[in-house]
Amino acid sequence: MIELAGVTKQYGEKVVVDDLTFTVRPGCVTGFLGPNGAGKSTTMRMMLGLDRATAGRVLIDGEPYARLKEPLRRIGALLDAKAMHGGRSAYDNLRCLALSNRIPLARVDEVLQEVGLGEVAKKRPKGFSLGMGQRLGIAAALLGDPEIVMLDEPVNGLDPEGIHWIRTLMKRLAAEGRTVFVSSHLMSEMALTADHLVVIGRGRLLADTGMQEFIDRNSRSSVRIRTPEPEKLRDALAAAGITATEQASGVFEVTEAPAERLGELALEHHVLLHELSPQHASLEEAFIALTGEAAEYRTGTSATATADAASSAGPDAPQTTGTES
Amino acid sequence: MSAPTATLRSEWAKLTTVRSTGWTLFAAFVVTVAFGTLVSALSNSDYDSLSEQEKLSFDAAGTSFTGGLLGQLAMIAFGVMVIGSEYSTGAIRSSLAAVPRRGVFYLSKVAVATGAALAVSLATTFATFFAGQAALGSHSTTLGAHNVLRATFGAALYMTLMAVFSMGVATMLRSSMLSMGILMPFFFLITQILASVPGAKKVAEYLPDQAGAAMVRVVPKSDLPYGAGGGFVIMLAWVAAALLGGYLVLRNRDA
Repeated sequence: MIELAGVTKQYGEKVVVDDLTFTVRPGCVTGFLGPNGAGKSTTMRMMLGLDRATAGRVLIDGEPYARLKEPLRRIGALLDAKAMHGGRSAYDNLRCLALSNRIPLARVDEVLQEVGLGEVAKKRPKGFSLGMGQRLGIAAALLGDPEIVMLDEPVNGLDPEGIHWIRTLMKRLAAEGRTVFVSSHLMSEMALTADHLVVIGRGRLLADTGMQEFIDRNSRSSVRIRTPEPEKLRDALAAAGITATEQASGVFEVTEAPAERLGELALEHHVLLHELSPQHASLEEAFIALTGEAAEYRTGTSATATADAASSAGPDAPQTTGTES
Repeated sequence: MSAPTATLRSEWAKLTTVRSTGWTLFAAFVVTVAFGTLVSALSNSDYDSLSEQEKLSFDAAGTSFTGGLLGQLAMIAFGVMVIGSEYSTGAIRSSLAAVPRRGVFYLSKVAVATGAALAVSLATTFATFFAGQAALGSHSTTLGAHNVLRATFGAALYMTLMAVFSMGVATMLRSSMLSMGILMPFFFLITQILASVPGAKKVAEYLPDQAGAAMVRVVPKSDLPYGAGGGFVIMLAWVAAALLGGYLVLRNRDA
């Protein structure tokens, strides 16, 4: 369990993390979501006592990080893939960490096998790809078999197979009752793995909610209807008391009734339909809408794009992939 | 708070699993011995051209330690890289996450590296002494001669303390490149220049390398206000200041 209370980080005048209070609970994957520059990494570094909070405190199972005995056995973290000595073999990097926390050296081989680096254990990470570096960082996080695992942007640089692997790993760790805290700037990634969501923007807490709740609240669904007989359809809908927005000639959007009901209505009134399709606003759009005003770094053009996506967020809005610049 | 012995073992493992440790310490040994022997051999062949005065004050032990002037640069590199590589690679974050008590981390790292530097310095100075004396032929001295053993240990301690001083500086600057860029010219050029400027000469006498030179001399320099013991104390003060500065930076800055 990780508890943050009023955590604030200020560099001079600039407030990077602003009064964050939330709790990360065991037994589920908690996604830590926010655009680039929102303060996710700074927050995670403060959790590990690497950066000092200007105000507020972080407790790991009720204790500040610096007071933990052999902290790697309690909480394992991947902060960035390059937090290893490039000139020391992968095995030796982990061995040095293991020795400092009196972790049995057999664990080093175990975690290297687990992340798929068994064959390059004796190689120096200097020559590793980003994905391999990421795997080594994850191995380091798992080294002490900790109850809490914290991963900062773990899918960065991983190939599809690696991404699948890390998702499965996180779910397994949570299923084992561990606390899993994972950051990402991609809503789509979180939607696949997280059970709980903590969203921040410009260092502020924007949401602290269950994933399902977030989906229910934010994914507006509607039905798109296309017909060569718009007049007849409009009458039919009006008769049933359903309002529809005509988006283009012969193209309607209905939010008040499900596709089944609309199909029945069309049949009853003998309206010819060319299309009847349920539409879902993507979570990505919900995320952008939520963090839109809070996004820190945006170029002029993408700011406009973000604003558009936020305001329309309808079925016709482009499926933004959320890679904000 | 991990046990200090565990941290020491971890730091020892770190020291012995990177190549820079081996090659900087090896370079310190080879350069010191080779250069010391060369200067001794040259002194031997030129001895007859020295004036009577120079012959009287000829320091056979000091001559064989001349190589330390170059060898100390490798020791500085060793001290800088022990600390600097943590920062340049980003490993410092993993290290401090594993050992959050920064004082324990710092002390362990410095202690282990100091031990290694001391062992190599002792081997180096004794090797350069014997090689140098062999090259000096009839003008050589022995360890049993007055003050010679003290000067030999002085040379070894000086080499070691230069490495430790560099560790403190590198911890303050948190960068290998920056530390090397400051320390190398400082000990190669600036102290020489300061020593030749009349007004700055009095100040330059208290710089680490001058204090170190006093530790290595068999016959005290007459115009220097302190002897070998004083030089050792001044050197220790420099090292303590650098280490303390490093500790304060490490304790207070974000990693």
